[in-house]
Amino acid sequence: MIDTIDRRLIAILQGGLARVSRPYALIGQQLDISEDEVIVRLSRLKKLGLIKRLGVIVNHRKLGYRSNAMVVFDVPDDLVTQIAEHVSQLSFVNLCYLRPRRGQQWPYNLYCMIHGKNREQVFQQLDHLIESCGLLQISHEVLFSKQCFKQRGALYKIGAKLENALSDG
Amino acid sequence: MMLTPMHKQLLNNYQQDFPLSPTPYKDIALSLGVSEEDVLLAFDQLTDKKLISRIGSIIAPNHIGVSSLVAMAVPNDQLQNVANIVSSYQEVNHNYERENRFNLWFVLVAQDDEDLQLVVKSIETETGFNAMQLPLLADYFINLGFEMEFDD
Repeated sequence: MIDTIDRRLIAILQGGLARVSRPYALIGQQLDISEDEVIVRLSRLKKLGLIKRLGVIVNHRKLGYRSNAMVVFDVPDDLVTQIAEHVSQLSFVNLCYLRPRRGQQWPYNLYCMIHGKNREQVFQQLDHLIESCGLLQISHEVLFSKQCFKQRGALYKIGAKLENALSDG
Repeated sequence: MMLTPMHKQLLNNYQQDFPLSPTPYKDIALSLGVSEEDVLLAFDQLTDKKLISRIGSIIAPNHIGVSSLVAMAVPNDQLQNVANIVSSYQEVNHNYERENRFNLWFVLVAQDDEDLQLVVKSIETETGFNAMQLPLLADYFINLGFEMEFDD
């Protein structure tokens, strides 16, 4: 589905698009392919869904969105897809995942991420989510983030081994 | 930094579909009615002030390599120490404290599942705490685009 050049292209893009007039031409030079080919390949990777989005990646904390909560729900399996689709429609939700339950110590399967300027706003949004998505009877926990020990974009500055995997195709 | 209307438009309008044309900054400039130099300068400023981390791509998980969210329950007086150990692994790319009995949350990325399991074992051995693996089963919505409301 994707070849070595695609993988190298993705790896280069993780470092960020250059802020110059012809950024795709610059990437083409690094890969020894034309500017056109870079654009065609990126369009294709987007269409395939491998690149989820291409664009400005903002720093929420620096922009005043200091409260970030991961909310986890224990949704019955036969309802989870339907509910997740509702949850995903809400503008303040920017991640919505299904993950395995881990017994009684962690019975949750649906995860969503809510950003807000403060806790109050996050709780208001959560109340709205719970009501509008029919989750009033569903148990949940709210996990606000505190300290950040390490943060980088997914696969941003990827480890050496993975980098090899990327370039080995 | 005072954000101009152009800064705000650049922050909100180009998270999803950055132009895939030979001259993306010029295209943005045309649609905003400013010059290409203005757009490049504004992006430089937003980057310098760390309001944007980069112009780049969000890759769908588990297409290239494998990954898992991992949670640990660590006594508070040992949290910093355990967090440092976890962060020292190059396979770890987010590592956060969260308010919960499971208070340390991180994302592991590896070449394949075998490698991922080796890293998990190694972290458990080195820290002395269990690591609860919560790999992705489905992503209903993973678009990290984010619409900002500006106060003014």
